Amino acid sequence: MLLIHCPYCEETLPEAEFAYAGEAHIARPADPMALSDEEWRDFLFIRSNPRGTHFERWRHLHGCGRFFNAVRDTVTDKFQMTYKAGLPRPDLSAMKEAAE
Amino acid sequence: MTHFSAMSLLKNALTGHKNWREQWPDSQPKAEYDVVIVGAGGHGLGAAYYLARQHGITRVAVIDKGWLGGGNTGRNTTIVRSNYLYDESARLYDHALDLWDDLSQELNYNVMYSKRGVMMLAHNVHDVQSFQRHIHSNRLNGVDNRWLTPEQAKAFCPPLDISARRRYPVMGAALQMRAGTARHDAVAWGYARGAAARGVDIVQNCAVTAIRRGPDGAVIGVETSRGFIKARKVAVSAAGNTSVVLQSAGLRMPLESYPLQALVSEPVKPIFPCVVMSNSVHAYISQSDKGELVIGSGTDQYVSYSQRGGLPLIEHTVAAICEVFPIFRRMRMLRKWGGIVDVTPDRSPILGKLPVPGLYVNCGWGTGGFKATPGAGHLLAWTVAKDEPHPINAPFTLERFTTGRLIDEAAAAAVAH
Ligand SMILES: Cc1cc2nc3c(=O)[nH]c(=O)nc-3n(C[C@H](O)[C@H](O)[C@H](O)COP(=O)(O)OP(=O)(O)OC[C@H]3O[C@@H](n4cnc5c(N)ncnc54)[C@H](O)[C@@H]3O)c2cc1C
Ligand SMILES: [Zn+2]
Repeated sequence: MLLIHCPYCEETLPEAEFAYAGEAHIARPADPMALSDEEWRDFLFIRSNPRGTHFERWRHLHGCGRFFNAVRDTVTDKFQMTYKAGLPRPDLSAMKEAAE
Repeated sequence: MTHFSAMSLLKNALTGHKNWREQWPDSQPKAEYDVVIVGAGGHGLGAAYYLARQHGITRVAVIDKGWLGGGNTGRNTTIVRSNYLYDESARLYDHALDLWDDLSQELNYNVMYSKRGVMMLAHNVHDVQSFQRHIHSNRLNGVDNRWLTPEQAKAFCPPLDISARRRYPVMGAALQMRAGTARHDAVAWGYARGAAARGVDIVQNCAVTAIRRGPDGAVIGVETSRGFIKARKVAVSAAGNTSVVLQSAGLRMPLESYPLQALVSEPVKPIFPCVVMSNSVHAYISQSDKGELVIGSGTDQYVSYSQRGGLPLIEHTVAAICEVFPIFRRMRMLRKWGGIVDVTPDRSPILGKLPVPGLYVNCGWGTGGFKATPGAGHLLAWTVAKDEPHPINAPFTLERFTTGRLIDEAAAAAVAH
């Protein structure tokens, strides 16, 4: 069972309270009419699916109900951090340097 | 290759089974092949077999980062069926079922394909309507599938409790008689043996780290943990790791990889005669010839390569089994494990050419590609040999995600397997 930190409730709680909501930072097209078929494909269907660091959305479904983002390693399933929705993609290399 | 027969069995029995020889060599990679297949699962090995057997292409290597059949081929619950909704899928899966029919004879290797019937339980009005729609559509496509009343379902599978007081009452069932199970390892081994006998190299413990392209963009070979291997044609059949392998060729795929789990009970005497799937309660169960109850679980909700899977899924699965089959409430479970399945947005596979000359893919089988093993191998071999898809896999392109011509089994079934 994963333990997940909700950045709104500021509590670390069992996975059962949360719903996964797919890859994060996929921006909705600003001008949908202007999109080509390839751009629609990329937006709707193409996913990075990495073996390693993954930016993803979660929802604290059985809690505050809010969406937030997380950084998780897809091989170990270990969460590196969670952060509020709307914040930019964290710069992990900068964070790593700061920690060293 | 030693031919297996009643005679050879008898002969070896008399000498205490000490003289069986290895079935295929553990090949070392050569510098160059005509075709390199990435992934020695049933699909990749099957493709190698049919390349050699039907197309006369034998300078072929099947390369695996682990041991052959150690991926989803050796981890699945072996349900084989073909009653999918859409015309394209019906043709694809029924083609595989046709090949299952005499696969043991074809390979001279017992894959233990057992047409014990797969029964899907309907627990509510929606299930009844959607299953009956499937049955009608299957009939129009010449695919075996029939409707059973609760009493008929009980007669077919006596452990079923059809009393109306159950929380999930059985309101009927769809039964595909031609469907059933097969021995997963034997399928990989049988194809490996047949391919190796025709000159194919099966290279294990050799990870493909990148696909190399020449200045004109076409494939020139693969980088591996044991050096560069030259090949003008590369077919990727790496299931859950497809996105990672293809990224090195500059391709981004419409795939997500999830852990899918299964578990088995302690072995017991024969009690369960068929395969039962209860999609709305999420219980999938059959009994292996060893006597274990084989139970399929669901995928974790998040993308992962952990090849393990979360415990909440197992808890949910066991609860579902106990609910639908109260007689199994006191069975003890022996083992559970996970595999990484590659899921497409429409839950249909991608089998064909890629926008890189010389590069082919067979992926996206997700939670349900074991049943397609002979078909996928056969069609991938055809596509690689002729550099064009067979009419059966022609609709299963990568381009469908651009054109919008999805084959939306996800919406049709709303379930896995
Ligand atoms: C628990 C579970 C239950 C399932 N139940 C069913 C079922 O009942 N019915 C059904 O039809 N399907 C089922 N499936 C799905 C089915 O197992 C798969 O769709 C099918 O086996 C895929 O076969 P494959 O040969 O493509 O993949 P695999 O057998 O996974 O083969 C892919 C191979 O590629 C190798 N590979 C990956 N990356 C690399 C690399 N970089 N270099 C070299 N090699 C690499 C892997 O090691 C692996 O051996 C189930 C799956 C799971 C996990
Ligand atoms: Zn919260």
